[in-house]
Amino acid sequence: MRSRGAWGVIRAAVAGVLTAPLAACGLPAALAPQTPQGEAVAGLIWGFTALCTLIWVLVLAGLAVALWRRRLAPADPLALDMPAERRMGTVVAVLIALTGLIVIALTVLSFAAQRELFGPARDALTIDIVGHQWWWQVVYNSTDPSQTISTANEIHIPVGRPVTLKLTSADVIHSFWVPSLMGKADLIPGRHNELTFTARKAGIYDGSCAEFCGLQHAHMGIRVVAETASDFAAWRQAQLQPAAAPATPSAQQGQAVFQGSACAFCHTVSGTSAGGQAGPDLTHLASRSTLAAGTLPFGRGQLAAWISDPQGIKTGAQMPDLHLAPEQLNALLDYLMGLK
Amino acid sequence: MSFSDIAGNRGERDHDLPEHELRERLTRTWATKAGIWGALTTVDHKVIGRRYIITAFVFLFLAGVLAIIMRAQLARPDNRLLTPELYNQLFTMHGTTMMFLFAVPVMEAFAVYLVPLMVGTRNIAFPRLNAFSYYVYLLGGIMIWVAFALNLAPDVGWFAYAPLTETTYSPSKGVDFWAQMITFTEVAALAVSAEIIVTVFKQRAPGMTLDRIPLFVWAQLVTAFMVIFAMPAVMVSSSMLIMDRLIGTHFFTPEQGGDALLWQHLFWFFGHPEVYIIFMPATGMVSEIVTTFSRRPAFGYMLLVLALLSIGFLSFGLWVHHMFVTGLPQLGASFFTASSMLIAVPNGIQIFCWIATLWGGKPEFKTPLLYIIGFVIVFVVGGLTGVMVASVPLDTQVHDSYFVVAHFHYVLIGGAVFPLLGATYYWFPKFSGRMLSERLGQWQFALTFIGFNLTFFPMHILGLAGMPRRIYTYPGASGWGGLNMLASIGALLLFAGFALLLWNIISSLRHGRPAPDNPWDAPTLEWATSSPPPPHNFDRIPVVESRYPLWAARDALPVVSGLAVDTRELVLSTVTEAHPDVLDTSPLDTIWPLLAAIATGIGFVASIFTPWAVLWGAALVGIFLIGWFWPKGTPEDEI
Amino acid sequence: MKTRVVGDLSGLDKHGSGARLVTWWGTIGFMSLEGMGFVLGAGSFLYLGWHTPTWAAGAPPQEVIWPTVFTAILVLSLIPNYAIMKRAQAQDNGTVRALLVLMSVIGVLAVGVRGYEFTQLNIGWYTNAYGSLLWVLLGLHTTHLLTDLADTIVLTALFFTRHCPTRRFSDADENAMYWNFVVIAWLPFYVLLYWVPRLGGG
Repeated sequence: MRSRGAWGVIRAAVAGVLTAPLAACGLPAALAPQTPQGEAVAGLIWGFTALCTLIWVLVLAGLAVALWRRRLAPADPLALDMPAERRMGTVVAVLIALTGLIVIALTVLSFAAQRELFGPARDALTIDIVGHQWWWQVVYNSTDPSQTISTANEIHIPVGRPVTLKLTSADVIHSFWVPSLMGKADLIPGRHNELTFTARKAGIYDGSCAEFCGLQHAHMGIRVVAETASDFAAWRQAQLQPAAAPATPSAQQGQAVFQGSACAFCHTVSGTSAGGQAGPDLTHLASRSTLAAGTLPFGRGQLAAWISDPQGIKTGAQMPDLHLAPEQLNALLDYLMGLK
Repeated sequence: MSFSDIAGNRGERDHDLPEHELRERLTRTWATKAGIWGALTTVDHKVIGRRYIITAFVFLFLAGVLAIIMRAQLARPDNRLLTPELYNQLFTMHGTTMMFLFAVPVMEAFAVYLVPLMVGTRNIAFPRLNAFSYYVYLLGGIMIWVAFALNLAPDVGWFAYAPLTETTYSPSKGVDFWAQMITFTEVAALAVSAEIIVTVFKQRAPGMTLDRIPLFVWAQLVTAFMVIFAMPAVMVSSSMLIMDRLIGTHFFTPEQGGDALLWQHLFWFFGHPEVYIIFMPATGMVSEIVTTFSRRPAFGYMLLVLALLSIGFLSFGLWVHHMFVTGLPQLGASFFTASSMLIAVPNGIQIFCWIATLWGGKPEFKTPLLYIIGFVIVFVVGGLTGVMVASVPLDTQVHDSYFVVAHFHYVLIGGAVFPLLGATYYWFPKFSGRMLSERLGQWQFALTFIGFNLTFFPMHILGLAGMPRRIYTYPGASGWGGLNMLASIGALLLFAGFALLLWNIISSLRHGRPAPDNPWDAPTLEWATSSPPPPHNFDRIPVVESRYPLWAARDALPVVSGLAVDTRELVLSTVTEAHPDVLDTSPLDTIWPLLAAIATGIGFVASIFTPWAVLWGAALVGIFLIGWFWPKGTPEDEI
Repeated sequence: MKTRVVGDLSGLDKHGSGARLVTWWGTIGFMSLEGMGFVLGAGSFLYLGWHTPTWAAGAPPQEVIWPTVFTAILVLSLIPNYAIMKRAQAQDNGTVRALLVLMSVIGVLAVGVRGYEFTQLNIGWYTNAYGSLLWVLLGLHTTHLLTDLADTIVLTALFFTRHCPTRRFSDADENAMYWNFVVIAWLPFYVLLYWVPRLGGG
């Protein structure tokens, strides 16, 4: 039979596809979560996947038998074997009832997980997140303005304490998604959403914007740093300080460049005259571990590259190319690298 | 001179004409004239339907090429093959073209060609409107692709969420072209739906009671109703969008009392039924192919019809499951979880009935049936991942990730394109008079099946690993490179499968085995006439005494006589019982639908540049419509 | 395939009216989809009004005098419109012709009042979302009004020229049916656009 070649290839390919996941190392992030909320969802994913796989296998087994079982060729297509039809009717009725039951069971499971996921949190640390094209503004608000922290693209949280993110957007719709913590929620202009989770373990958890938000949607990473309560308190204390004063002459020159060029129109460095609001707060820039919303790791070289060619690295970003002279750039880097 | 005078002069009826003369004279009455004028004025549903199918397949290939380019970009991390600008245009054009210019139109196209044949009538209801709808669709497709070629393509995704689409964030004209393309294709779809509903209600062959309507026709009927109630939502929303952009209204701007989520509610109120608008006709194709190649009646005909109806209803209660992460009240979201899961029941019923049909019959493994087997394997995966995304908590992880990309390609390619390919092999002999090559067909099936799974299965895992959709690149550190490469290789195989189909079609049109009237021994009326059918479809209108007329009447098909031979006349029957009721005329060929479509197109495109075009465009279209409807003194005067 | 003739349809009616015809069903189809558009428009109005209670901030409710006159014209027009349907079914050429002239005049009058209504709105479509919806919903209904008026005038012209006698009555019947739709679709909008904002304490 001619079609055997094609069928053989299909079988090999099916086997290949089914084993492909094993080639990928480790469990996907959503299945290896670090919060109770994420675990609730991961449990749901495993449960649904197991049940769905079972259903799929059974359906295909039924199909295979239907296709290849031995039978007599009917003389007239319209001459049905009525007793056999009735038996099939019974089987189909049972299957429909089973489908209904499974659907109800899955709905109940889903509701249960939903309650766990969106349950109320006590004593939560609240952080305001505002989405921008294409970066995240992060504010730790306090009734006392001097206790308010403003940063960007990197959220520090204490381990073991519930954290509530209050999400909104300054421009278009974005979505906050760190798969190893929990599911996502949208940041919508004119609306406020919340995500509450509790990190179980210290670590660095990366995520990104999940709702298409324009040209550089791909470069809108978010990093969550979960740390022990004491580390978090120390970080918080450090962030509350005004910017470090430039320590070297070169750094002082760099501050002059910063304040004399377009930098200060868009960025804030607290304790200085730079108070722009359009871009990320740079008061403690050098304490962060990424640049340009996760586009580059933080480092002097990367910072130099980013300042001298922002449009080459992240086309369309609001950051302009300032055409700084090499010595200006060098001084500016000295200044910025000191903003610990 | 009055109507009855003309009718009296040309009133000869078909009673005593010998068969060959009858066919010759009916052909003369109904044929499309030769040459370019004939081509532009034709109102034959088969000619229009064929154009519709070919055009939709051209768009399929174009959108497929875009997919290949995107897969090339994503094959490696940090790839710089495409700029973000171009990549964003590519996925927007891919989704838009696939949904609005391929999937919906191709299903309508099959309806336009097949429904009149399957219900046993001589032309579709409102054939001039049908011609108009094709031209409007064609113009809409050309417009958006010309815009793309001029670097004016939209780059906001096929569901174009506000406020990204507002002029503040998308100043280029791309979004306007996108919104007007929606208007074009919706006008076309709504027109076809009205035609299908009326054709099925009023033009069924004598004796084709409701419970004898072929399942494909039932599916198309329910789909047409869904279009009528779903598509206005997207016309409303895209009109609001274009007004926000062009005349400064504030539907979606929160600062002035508008709401970004209003867009999502309106769009998905259309968008979810849309998925079923694509899928339902495909289930009709599956039912026909399974019946024919099992060589027995469909198991559970009534159940299948009820499943179609309940899917039609339920699909309007699911839209919020696209919005589970927008922060809607939890209670409301839970309701939509329940309704979304519930739709698994009628879908399950369909699968069970098809398997039971195969079980109780004697399957013949021809290419169309292979695609149906592939359909069950793939679509059930998509259906089950659909149950997963219906769960609010589960959806918060997979929403807008590659898991969802995998899910809807399993549903749409598995659920609609595989049956469509099966249908192409099944009905090609009727369309063209030639058989497609079985050998190439089996190889094509192998390629598409493997290519498809290789492309889309890994995406489930990528999504769970955190890869969001619509990113033009990803960092090497993500570890997503391997699975993406696998998907890209799969995409090439999938594309090769479609190229093989194209080759099969071209070579079969030239050298294919000539097709007999009924090459598959199928039971429905379209196989009672020649392949391809004559311009008047049937020399005499069949009388239907069974759900499977060609299996019931093995020696001679019962038919009626008494229709006019020199005027275009067809039988109107009663809605439920299909008693013959009125002999009505069917319109003659005319250029007005083309002119009206061009006027409509000019109005739509011009309104992108000046709102006043809405006014003078409407006046222009009005003039052409008066020309269209003005009586010409022929007996066929009508829509 | 081979056939056997089992019946003769040459005795069937060559024309009919109402639901026996395809055009009647087509009209119903288009009324359904347009009705859906109206429902979604009204839904958007209520949704935005409910979601942002302050959306009409600063805009006092609209004057109701002219809209009420307009509504009264539309409701009263149902009487001659009903007469058209009855006389068309009776194939009474002279009366239908006269009534069509009357309906054309009523249509022109209604469009005139509607035009004046637009000039009396106290808010622009560009002011805020409330203004946008007010204008657009009114505009949507006006489009239907104009479409049916144009159809009525063309049909009236046909009744004075050569339109074939069998079709003209079913055309008049279907045109009258569509006018009923235009009138009935307006009534909820009259309440929604002009009275609901007053109930809201505005």
